[in-house]
Amino acid sequence: MMTEISLNILDVAENSTKAKASLVTISVEADFPADLLTVVIKDNGCGMTPDEVERVTDPFFTSRTTRKVGLGVPFFKYAAESTGGSFSIESKKDVGTTVTATFILSHIDRMPLGDINTTIHTLVVYHPETDFIYHYRYNDKSFTMDTREFKEILGDIPFDTPEISAYIMDFLNENKLETDGGAVY
Amino acid sequence: MKSLEELKAIRERMQSQVSLRGEDHNHIRVVVGMATCGIASGARPVLTTLSNLVQEKNLTDKIAVTQTGCIGLCQYEPIVEVIEPGKDKVTYIKMTPEKAEEVMERHLIGGHVVENYTLSSANIK
Repeated sequence: MMTEISLNILDVAENSTKAKASLVTISVEADFPADLLTVVIKDNGCGMTPDEVERVTDPFFTSRTTRKVGLGVPFFKYAAESTGGSFSIESKKDVGTTVTATFILSHIDRMPLGDINTTIHTLVVYHPETDFIYHYRYNDKSFTMDTREFKEILGDIPFDTPEISAYIMDFLNENKLETDGGAVY
Repeated sequence: MKSLEELKAIRERMQSQVSLRGEDHNHIRVVVGMATCGIASGARPVLTTLSNLVQEKNLTDKIAVTQTGCIGLCQYEPIVEVIEPGKDKVTYIKMTPEKAEEVMERHLIGGHVVENYTLSSANIK
């Protein structure tokens, strides 16, 4: 069981990188007037067949061979649905996969968003071969981070060099603070 | 909002201090399991702790921290593997950020395996 929504995002986005996606778009939108938190993870990876899509929310289905259960997607689905929210997966073989989860913000069973910046930072720094677009919205304010812009400036300097890694973390922290004023939810 | 100009400035600074990165086979590789089992049992803070320490202590030319999927020993997560050239792989189990700090000091810097935390010291039936 995950304790933060951001850990679910980390786990499910790892699937996108394993599906050999070259671009992963992660969107986190908190809309308090509508009482909704919407998380979308979209990739252009290898996708799934209709049969696989149907079975992916079954904990006893997994494509891996190291163990017989696959809990990542079921955890995420349960986290969303237990708040009265919704969960869906759309996927097309060789085109990509989109996972959408909505949470009712005020529901007592909604887990906290948690450390979303560390999740995004971990994904970006440890998957240099994958491009990421991260979109964060808090009510009517938002910001977007596109790692392709970083790569264009940096050329062959890798993201895991200390200065660059620190810049990416600062970028996330500063922009999130400006967007949500440091709200914890 | 944080600007891309700052990133350009960092790049300029770095290009002037051309430092070649060591070849991979000379690196000590530190691998953290980051599948569902790892993440659910606390692998993210372990990974962050290790990579922050490597950067703080300026060891990026000696130690490479990377991540992997499920190692197949989910009940022992978070798992950290240390792979040193020419030595047997050491598998640390049930890691925490505090244990990771200790492994950094005593094993990765000091050269002594922290036996208490290894898979081989666990009583596996």
